[in-house]
Amino acid sequence: MNVAVALSDVRLDVAASEAGPAPKRVVVAYGFWIFLLSDIVMFATLFAAYAVLARATDGGPSGAQLFSQASVAIETACLLASSYTCGLMSLAVKSRRGLGTYFGAFVTFALGLAFLALELREFADMIVRGDGPQRSAFLSAFFTLVGCHGLHVTAGLVWLVVMMVQVGLRGFHPTVQRRLACFSLFWHALDIVWVWLFTVVYLMGVRA
Amino acid sequence: MNLLGKLSWDAIPFDQPIIMGATAFMVLVIAAVLSFIIVKGYLGPLWRDWITSVDHKRIGVMYILLALVMLLRGFSDAIMMRAQQAVAAGGAQGYLPPEHFDQIFSAHGTIMIFFMAMPFVIGVINVVVPLQLGVRDVAFPTLNSVSFWLTASGALLINISLAVGEFAKTGWVAYPPLSELQFSPGVGVDYYLWSLQISGIGTLLSGINFVTTILKLRAPGMGYMRMPVFCWTALATSLLIVAAFPVLTATFAMLLLDRYLGFHFFTVDGGGNAMMYVNLFWVWGHPEVYILVLPAFGIYSEVVATFSGKPLFGYRSMVAATMAICVLSFLVWLHHFFTMGASADVNGFFGVMTMIIAVPTGVKVFNWLFTMYGGRVRFTVPMLWSIGFMITFVIGGMTGVLMAVPPADFQVHNSLFLVAHFHNTIIGGVVFGLMAGYNYWFPKVFGFRLDERWGKASFWCWFVGFYLAFMPLYAVGLMGMTRRLQHYDNPAWQPWLMVAALGAVVILAGVACQAIQLVVSVRARRQLRDTTGNPWGGRTLEWFTPSPPPAWNFTVLPSVGRFARRTPAEGTQDYKAIEMPNNSPIGVITAFFAVVTGFALIWHIWWMAALGLLGAFVTLLAFAFRRQEEIEVPAVEIARFDRAHPAEVTP
Repeated sequence: MNVAVALSDVRLDVAASEAGPAPKRVVVAYGFWIFLLSDIVMFATLFAAYAVLARATDGGPSGAQLFSQASVAIETACLLASSYTCGLMSLAVKSRRGLGTYFGAFVTFALGLAFLALELREFADMIVRGDGPQRSAFLSAFFTLVGCHGLHVTAGLVWLVVMMVQVGLRGFHPTVQRRLACFSLFWHALDIVWVWLFTVVYLMGVRA
Repeated sequence: MNLLGKLSWDAIPFDQPIIMGATAFMVLVIAAVLSFIIVKGYLGPLWRDWITSVDHKRIGVMYILLALVMLLRGFSDAIMMRAQQAVAAGGAQGYLPPEHFDQIFSAHGTIMIFFMAMPFVIGVINVVVPLQLGVRDVAFPTLNSVSFWLTASGALLINISLAVGEFAKTGWVAYPPLSELQFSPGVGVDYYLWSLQISGIGTLLSGINFVTTILKLRAPGMGYMRMPVFCWTALATSLLIVAAFPVLTATFAMLLLDRYLGFHFFTVDGGGNAMMYVNLFWVWGHPEVYILVLPAFGIYSEVVATFSGKPLFGYRSMVAATMAICVLSFLVWLHHFFTMGASADVNGFFGVMTMIIAVPTGVKVFNWLFTMYGGRVRFTVPMLWSIGFMITFVIGGMTGVLMAVPPADFQVHNSLFLVAHFHNTIIGGVVFGLMAGYNYWFPKVFGFRLDERWGKASFWCWFVGFYLAFMPLYAVGLMGMTRRLQHYDNPAWQPWLMVAALGAVVILAGVACQAIQLVVSVRARRQLRDTTGNPWGGRTLEWFTPSPPPAWNFTVLPSVGRFARRTPAEGTQDYKAIEMPNNSPIGVITAFFAVVTGFALIWHIWWMAALGLLGAFVTLLAFAFRRQEEIEVPAVEIARFDRAHPAEVTP
């Protein structure tokens, strides 16, 4: 049934670029991809700023003195695992399993929240010790880059809650499905940014 | 703890007659327009048909209207600066005190780039691209409305700065450390930053919308190499917006963190690096130049082909040149500050790249010339603007290549030579193109042509005025005059600056002619009516639907073959209902909260900022939970429209 519909959408006698307007599902996902690319450009700017200022510690502490490998490792594990559970949620959405969707979303939310809590604890510790973002250009860049990722995660968690309410109210309406697809793109993109962040800030920072 | 933050009655400069006069004028005009609308009972239709409209054509018109209003604002700044520099020689101080003059040149640049050129370009793209692609609307119509209203919010904030507080005194680029809290403690830089952050989000969303529209929504049969060149340039511009505006947002965010929370990105202490701001600013800034000029190139391509009665010469090379510029524009940013002190190798690289980027532009100029060659050229208003552009822009391009040579650039860096150069390219390239597009597509949008005589008068005033106003600046630049001088000692510069002021007056006459042209044309709209849908004999799809087009653009989506079909609706008797996106107040409500939040942040009124953000969030939620996204236009209505426009539907 699904296959038949899919095949009738595709006209084999014309080039893909001449097939006419794409269906809404494709348009929405494509637009969201473009948004994600722009978001990644913004992160790239913050990465560049961090790279320029990484050694500008102004007599203050450097990354090697500040970062706790263990805590960051747990954070990373949480976020990567949440990407996996987000994938499970997407599968449940695809096969329209309500319970599986809620469960996947719940675990994703819990792991994301754990990530945020660990990050906030790290930030709070540093600020209490007097190593806040006002201390040096390096710390300004650090807090901005990592904090911007944290803000994205926060926004993702809010979005996830809203989406679960929508699943509850409207079921697997095509609109809800499109938005859940965008959410999972967003969540995986945050993961990719974190992998870079983990490498550039924490792994390379400790070595220096 | 002050409930109103830094805001008090002292913020309004009652002792400054010029500012208060301008403010009073602005308030009077707004009050007059509002009362006219209310008295005439237009408020309801205005809300239904325009403010909440998600129709790309109407949003485009609103963008262009915003641009024209802001053109007047930015142009009055220009007149004031030219008048000041014409008189403030030797011991004279002119009539503008330094702190006011500084605000004027900052506001002039900011307004002209962000609130005149950008909305005008995006407005033309909005009106034209979906029609040229043969589709019913953009990919995300409601988002499009949000984009427009966010841009309008930024413009509103910048105009509020005239009356309440002050504007930045840092130049339109707001370089630190001058723009840091330490040296600019007032609200001027905050007005600059927040209005550009808000409008920047709108621009970014527009870019995303148009990349998706052009790549995913085209009429059946319209492969990439069948897209009109204007669509290609709109695609290149949208890609550049998506890739460049996030850099600006992030850079301004860093400066805001410095100013609001004591961070050390660009400060002189704490290890900050002010040159990083300059680099990041121009990583956005140079692509921005092409964001503006590429669509203008697209307009010239349409206009020159149409009025030469020939297909565009070298379509493929035009597309290749456009996309080459799109990529290369990210590799030249350092030429804005060769004097930074980078190594000779770095300067050399960026100098060479800058010369290389002139090559595709040169290709385009030859293509336009060869399109005219052997054609039956009609010297209409859009064509005059296009020819005026070819001459003017080549001069601007030549001075640009001159400055691409680092040692030469060291001599003229930040001089009026540079000011003359970029006005040469932006007025001669962007503004002339937008004026050509305005005259070219006006009949499509409103159903009647603009008056030719006043249009030509306007062109000649602008053209002559431009040369009078900016050629002298090349001269004084070479004589050593730097930019942004409130007064100067060298009497040898004064005659040149008087000529420049005269040029500004001639341009003013051109602006007046344009206003008259609009009034005259509206009054004579019956004689100027376009009953064919194709007044110029254009060959792209927007000319194959009635003028003005119905909300749904095409009754039947056109199918593009080897040649575009003459009539999309040909032979179609059985009309079908069409699904159209529903109007939505979400854009204007979001804009309201954006203005509230921006204003509150500028004046440190924290509770109000929190309320504004909360309002924006609730608006977003309301949007996410709306049920009816689309309305259906019944088949009867479509059939009735087609019967009412027989000339356009059957050739």
